[in-house]
Amino acid sequence: MTSTAIVAQHIRRTSLARRHPAILMGSLGVLAVVLSFYGLSVGATEVPVADVLRALVGDTSTQASRIVIDFQLPRVLLCWLVGIALAVSGAVMQGVIRNPLAAPDIIGVTKGAGFAGMLLLLAIPTLPVVAVVPAAFVGGLLAAAMVYVFAYRRGATPVRIALVGIAVSAAFEAGIRFLLVRNPLDVSAALIWLTGSLFGRSMTSVLQILPWVLVLVPLIIVWARKLDVLGLGDDLASGLGEPVERTRRVLLFFAVALAAAAVAVSGTIGFVGLIAPHMARRVFGGKHIASIPAAALFGVLLMLIADMLGRGLAPPLEIPAGLVTAVVGGPYFLYLLVKTGK
Amino acid sequence: MRLQAQGVELAYDRTVIAKDLTLNIPDGKVSVLIGPNGSGKSTALRALARLLPPTKGSVVLDGKSIQDTPTKEVARLLAILPQVLVTPESISVEDLVWFGRHPHRTSLKVPSEADKEAVEWALKVTSTAELRHQHVDQLSGGQRQRVWIALCLAQGTDLILLDEPTTYLDVAYQLEVLDLLHQLNQEQGKTVAMVLHDFNMAAEYADHVFVMKSGSLVTQGPPEDVFTCDIIRDVFGVESKVVPHPVSGKPMCIPLRAGLLERANLAVATG
Repeated sequence: MTSTAIVAQHIRRTSLARRHPAILMGSLGVLAVVLSFYGLSVGATEVPVADVLRALVGDTSTQASRIVIDFQLPRVLLCWLVGIALAVSGAVMQGVIRNPLAAPDIIGVTKGAGFAGMLLLLAIPTLPVVAVVPAAFVGGLLAAAMVYVFAYRRGATPVRIALVGIAVSAAFEAGIRFLLVRNPLDVSAALIWLTGSLFGRSMTSVLQILPWVLVLVPLIIVWARKLDVLGLGDDLASGLGEPVERTRRVLLFFAVALAAAAVAVSGTIGFVGLIAPHMARRVFGGKHIASIPAAALFGVLLMLIADMLGRGLAPPLEIPAGLVTAVVGGPYFLYLLVKTGK
Repeated sequence: MRLQAQGVELAYDRTVIAKDLTLNIPDGKVSVLIGPNGSGKSTALRALARLLPPTKGSVVLDGKSIQDTPTKEVARLLAILPQVLVTPESISVEDLVWFGRHPHRTSLKVPSEADKEAVEWALKVTSTAELRHQHVDQLSGGQRQRVWIALCLAQGTDLILLDEPTTYLDVAYQLEVLDLLHQLNQEQGKTVAMVLHDFNMAAEYADHVFVMKSGSLVTQGPPEDVFTCDIIRDVFGVESKVVPHPVSGKPMCIPLRAGLLERANLAVATG
């Protein structure tokens, strides 16, 4: 090892984040809260922060505060919930599949949910987007189940899950394109949903994803050490008394359900599930008890920033958040590929 | 004997690796499984550790079928060090050894005093205590292998199985690892069963040797009995001379290259 590498490693090891993870984690949380308040006040019409606060404590007398409660609040809450769901889902998948490039997009969930959602939107064009949620959720779960079944041969090894996931995703992607080409006139609503946007969502959407996040994320954090043990490889993990196949199946189900819920309410927002867990590991190390909550926070920050950029770059035109994360995430993904390829 | 494979058939998918294999691991001894590549020795070890369910017969641990025993319970009785080890990204020695306590812990409980003591003890007997804060990926091959053995020891089991613990190590590190295992057997009474590649290392360290060839047991016994020219020829397909080790007196097999055998026979005939 070269001396610069040793120095770099030393810095990384003794960095603030590793010594005082709670402080940095807290700062990330504060930053997310600050950004959320900012997110509540910017929009189609600017609302002064004082009005935002007034609206939050229940004063809905002014028009400004109605805007905050009806339009901005669900949107910011969805940024939190979708960010947490995607990031934690990605962190679990990367842990279970033991590949830093694993993400909800790769295991078929995103495309499966997208296909099911589009099918419904095109079949019944008058349907409100909210009604798509259950269909997309089921589509995501079915796609992931398909991946697992095809990958299963006396247990589903991580490599096989990843490869089958890519194949199944490609098949659903083809299905989505087929639908787009077949119905060129009716696709605009479906397309906006597909790109991933938080525009025009109400509290109904918030309530559709909230239970999944509230139940599954704490369960996953309780199981964090099991994820660490799975990282030692199947044989050693079994040797340490972990029922590998069962644990993997349960954790994957949790991750898939979270991702499916996120895609269902927000459409396909790519890369958050890939990037947030990776950032968390770099800053907080590989132990899941720290890296999963950290990934959740990074996920929230990414979503808040993407949504804000989408609204602020070219008003009054809204750029879907999914497009922003894709523009930022693509290059980051390439950087990851180059780095892990070495 | 606490750990036994009784007439097991072992297979990956539909390829049968071993048929009607019986192995009784002697308690409190160092046993070595040896054989050429593809002889099924690693497969047999995996079956003994409950990593591979036999398609016929059964592996018995303390009188109970190991497949019918929950994996967590097995992990409190028997530790296995697989051949291929995945070191988690930038993990410290101490954190890695703590994984050995996994079978004794539940998700929400904080580590107990017993857990801490077991980890400290494992670090001490493997002489890795002073490395505890170092990152595992910065260690030498021998140090790293000692840390993995410390992980197994922290499990607190009397039975330790190891799959080729010395492969890819320089000779000094090979001795470092095997000396440690010998010491654990002598001082702590651990039952050690391992797969080794090198018959001279096996002869030097084993109390009991299982010699395997294409999935079946050719012979077993103390190294003095099993390492003969005939068995080496039959199992490994090489001619050799077996001579006593000049210092330890254990059998040493010296493989002969083509042509040397005739010269050796000639020397015997004329001498």
